[in-house]
Amino acid sequence: MQNIKIVAAGDSSLLIEFGNEINEEINRRITTIVQLMRDQHIEGVVDMIPAFCSLLINYDPRIISFNRLQKRMEALVKMDLKGGAERRRIFEIPVCYGGEYGPDMETICSHAGLSEKEVIDLHSSRDYLIYMLGFLPGFCYLGGLDERIHTPRLANPRVKIPAGSVGIGGSQTGIYPLDSPGGWQLMGMTPVKTYDPDREKPILLEAGDYIRFIPVQEAEYLRIKESVERDEYQCTVREGGV
Amino acid sequence: MGIRILKGGMLTTVQDLGRTGYQSQGFGVSGVMDVRSFRIANLLIDNPENEAVLEFTLIGPTLEFTATSIIAITGGDFQPTINGEPAPMYTAIYMNKGDILKFGSARTGTRGYVAFSGYLGIPVVMGSRCTNLKSRLGGFKGRKLEAGDYINFRIKRPYLPFFLSRTLDLDEFDQEEATLRVVMGPQADRFSKQGIKTFLTGEYVVTSDFDRMGCRLDGPFIAPKDASDIISDGIAFGSVQVPSHGKPIILLADRQTTGGYAKIATVASVDIPKLVQRKTDHKIRFQAVSVEEAQKLYLEEIKELDQMRKKIHQPCREVLECRLAAKRLTRLFTE
Repeated sequence: MQNIKIVAAGDSSLLIEFGNEINEEINRRITTIVQLMRDQHIEGVVDMIPAFCSLLINYDPRIISFNRLQKRMEALVKMDLKGGAERRRIFEIPVCYGGEYGPDMETICSHAGLSEKEVIDLHSSRDYLIYMLGFLPGFCYLGGLDERIHTPRLANPRVKIPAGSVGIGGSQTGIYPLDSPGGWQLMGMTPVKTYDPDREKPILLEAGDYIRFIPVQEAEYLRIKESVERDEYQCTVREGGV
Repeated sequence: MGIRILKGGMLTTVQDLGRTGYQSQGFGVSGVMDVRSFRIANLLIDNPENEAVLEFTLIGPTLEFTATSIIAITGGDFQPTINGEPAPMYTAIYMNKGDILKFGSARTGTRGYVAFSGYLGIPVVMGSRCTNLKSRLGGFKGRKLEAGDYINFRIKRPYLPFFLSRTLDLDEFDQEEATLRVVMGPQADRFSKQGIKTFLTGEYVVTSDFDRMGCRLDGPFIAPKDASDIISDGIAFGSVQVPSHGKPIILLADRQTTGGYAKIATVASVDIPKLVQRKTDHKIRFQAVSVEEAQKLYLEEIKELDQMRKKIHQPCREVLECRLAAKRLTRLFTE
């Protein structure tokens, strides 16, 4: 970690750049630092935006100056942070693939030259790291989609994609947290609400968590959906090593 | 009892200093565009620093008061009237039940603010009363105000001490050009020497592509070193991003949390109001300052605001003169 840069982003923000590539090790380090900062509660820090390989910190210059915060962050990133994020949380997200739930499944299959079953297997057989949240409340940028099912975005984006839609956009896959316009190829839907403004914790997932998509049949999808509506559903969360 | 919206104006929303603490989950901050005008409106009537106000854009709203309240109007000049008579700005005003406060179009500036001593009865969502239009969250039902909407006051506060002292010099918004001081970076190294020179010496104009999310400028091409795309990172209030078309876009209150264009500089907090009050075709120049200098300017402005607060908490001269006369008279009678 020789190439960490801590620079000003104006008079009320500071950016820590951890290199210029998307990889799990760098991203995990950022997650650990964010956790550490939340525990330590540095006076004057008002918000943090962890991203793929950087961390933006908003602060109040009335309380802490750039130079002081920069020194504190230098010390913090130099610390040996092993033992921080040794365990990982894997959220199991049930998905009903294809049919009316995934109107672009055929496009994805024909682009990949694979059967629907093969596409579903590839999509649901690995854990995806949540690198960051952004774009929309609760929108997760996931890494690690199998190259064989990379699919270009729609030439003509849809005006409204329903919340819960699971799709592929180029080399990325993800879940739409709320109704939104969008250009991703839709392959299925999850009944789980990754964003629910009425919930005590509106956002289900955090950067640093992992997602595993679990294929379910329509009957199971509807059963879970009902349970979600009654506020009774709890996502299965597994713990795994890093 | 509170205010009824008779006309919503172009874009009138409930705003405060923004919803901080949730950007890591993808929630934008939102909040007021012109923080200085917002702070002055609240301090004129002894509101808490972060009390919610109405922000309006280009064409202001018309409000009917269904309860007495003290208000303060700041920002651009929207030619406010109360029951048809011109109303003062940067002054505490006593509003009676039934009074109609009407704003016209912006004669100067583009954004106006009105603060209420009764505090707007807007629920706190995730720590803030501000409206996040994109997520339809917070403020009045997550949207801009429209005719027929009604907002209650949270408290009755029809009295303030030193009422006659509560007037300040107007901030002027009639300039057609502004020089914005910027802290270079965080990705100034993505631009060529020539590109940075162009940015700091060129004259840019405000385009009509200007909303609460950001302001696009037109002007000389800022050359990137190779490609100006970066791996998406966090965006600050006032970030100046330059996509491959070479024209700066300054990101403002309703900015998204992250973005993938290189940011050549960030506007100093104290100069953001100068930008957000400009109109289409106004001219913008940039001047580099150090982060220390930008923070010094910020602290000086806070001090200036403290001075204003002190000033409006002294008896005004007219009152003092009466007191003096009264004292002399009292002496005459008691001798």
